[in-house]
Amino acid sequence: MAHQAWSVVGVLLVTVVTLAVGSLGMRRSHTLGDFYVASRSVTPRWNAAAVSGEYLSAASFLGIAGLLLTYGFDMLWYPVGYTAGYLILLALVAAPLRRSGAYTVPDFAQIRLGSVAVRRTASVLVVLIGWLYLVPQLQGAALTLSAQTGAPGWAGGLLVCIVVLINVAIGGMRSITFAQAVQYWMKLTALLVPAVVLGAVWHARHDRLPEAADGWLQPLGSGLEHPLYATLSLIVAICLGTMGLPHVLVRFYTNPDGREARRTALIVIGLLSVFYQLPTVFGVLGRRYLPELAGGRLADATVLLLPERMLPGLPGQLLGGLVTAGAFAAFLSTASGLTVSVAGVLAQDAGARHSRTSRINRFRGSALVSIALPYALSLTGARLGLAAVVGLAFALAASTFCPLLVLGIWWRGLTDVGALVGLLTGGLIAGSAVLITLVGPGRHGWPGVLLSQPAAWVVPLVFAVMIGGSLLTRSRIPPDVSRVLIRLHAPESMAADLPSLDRSAR
Amino acid sequence: MTARVRITHPRTTAARSVPVRPPAREIDELTALGELYLASLMRSQRRAAFAGCAGTIGLLLAVAVATAEFSSWGHVTVLGIALPWILVGIAVYPVLGGIGFLAVRLAERNERAFAALMHQR
Repeated sequence: MAHQAWSVVGVLLVTVVTLAVGSLGMRRSHTLGDFYVASRSVTPRWNAAAVSGEYLSAASFLGIAGLLLTYGFDMLWYPVGYTAGYLILLALVAAPLRRSGAYTVPDFAQIRLGSVAVRRTASVLVVLIGWLYLVPQLQGAALTLSAQTGAPGWAGGLLVCIVVLINVAIGGMRSITFAQAVQYWMKLTALLVPAVVLGAVWHARHDRLPEAADGWLQPLGSGLEHPLYATLSLIVAICLGTMGLPHVLVRFYTNPDGREARRTALIVIGLLSVFYQLPTVFGVLGRRYLPELAGGRLADATVLLLPERMLPGLPGQLLGGLVTAGAFAAFLSTASGLTVSVAGVLAQDAGARHSRTSRINRFRGSALVSIALPYALSLTGARLGLAAVVGLAFALAASTFCPLLVLGIWWRGLTDVGALVGLLTGGLIAGSAVLITLVGPGRHGWPGVLLSQPAAWVVPLVFAVMIGGSLLTRSRIPPDVSRVLIRLHAPESMAADLPSLDRSAR
Repeated sequence: MTARVRITHPRTTAARSVPVRPPAREIDELTALGELYLASLMRSQRRAAFAGCAGTIGLLLAVAVATAEFSSWGHVTVLGIALPWILVGIAVYPVLGGIGFLAVRLAERNERAFAALMHQR
């Protein structure tokens, strides 16, 4: 009973802090630009903390420790991939995307290719990826609240939906920028303090590490099929998928210029590196003290249950309340970011020209749709771990937006037909693989592995299709391609002399 | 008596003839020369970007294959922790940060070179 009280306090505290920080931004949120991207005036350190706060989702906070507990060494690649994805993003797309001046990937598609068809296809993909990513956040919330307070399964997700919608309604993106920067530090503290305490307890007891005999400690010892292929394909999906995540991209438009966008990405890599040391501690200690969770539905609750298992009594309860609060910070921040991005795309593409007020109202209405549908899906129950579902969202993003962005920025030969055929190929193949993995009959051997880790073969295929399709339709290279590419690559110090690209800024 | 006036040859400015058309205009109007400037900027930035990616992917592949192939590494321990865990769990991160730092520096250097090219002549 007592541990429930502390968890309830933790969840309430995070909720109140999130709403309070959000409402601070309210007074300054006046224009549509504020709503979408905080008027692009956020400094790199705030922005980097906000990017990290938004990015560290249920998968990072709960999922990695659960996977480590179940499968061991190979799962260390999840956090490495999440971090390396930012490095790829920094190197390939951060500055040019910021300079393109677009709000979303569909905007970028239209600026670069001038095609409404590509724009619409990209919009559908943003919504699909966003929903696929939102479902595990809401399931994580449900799991956390019922494991820690005994609340019914529908309550956790509903609480997250309500807080996110209130926050979006009062302030849009600016409020979320500050809320999320704060949430990075909340999440770090919520894992760091228990990790240090529990590590010290383990050390003081002169306890041993988990048994090495079962291969759990060994590379490729997860017991899954074709572990080397699965590991490599996962790395590809996460590294290349990061740049295509809707909530990550929109966040980079809040940098003042392209140079700051790169620097923000570099700070993010540092912040993530610090955070990702912690799930490993929980996974390893979890294997030692909570071995019965391995492979079960509660594996994702490892981080939540470990403090009380190792430290019965008040200290364990307090630490349990702290990690519960941190977990809620994770669900709230990621769900907010995804909701804003999906709502932005829905509002922009569903809406024609309207007055400013009605467009903001449309944005609020879209936010409701954006989170209500994933909430309904999250109630249907899951067979895969949180981090595994999020991995599928990365695979879908890597199979569609990564080729579009990389070729659009670095190759002048890309045409609208090539991009469209590529997006459809990647979306259909990776989308079907995701669907079969999530709801289809369980498959074994190579078919199962290729479907559950599709990135390694789908991403090269989509690159080939986009390049081939563009080469076959060379006459359709946009006439203004040089003008657009200059805008993407020239430093802002020169940009005053250059023509603006607001063709799509409707 | 009037102050002495030194008369010198303005070598530095003489070497740079005043441009009839400023380079930024070449780009703006997309002349053949402007296309050339753009192509050279994109080439240098593409090289920097792909070098950063190659470094990242090369590092991860090398570590993945090394830890998978040399299973005997699993028995080597540092401070009681198996070597593969140290490599993938800890050591990879600072190297990723280092690659990121170099990528930012290289890209900014290319941009400064391009800006200098635009402002000289």
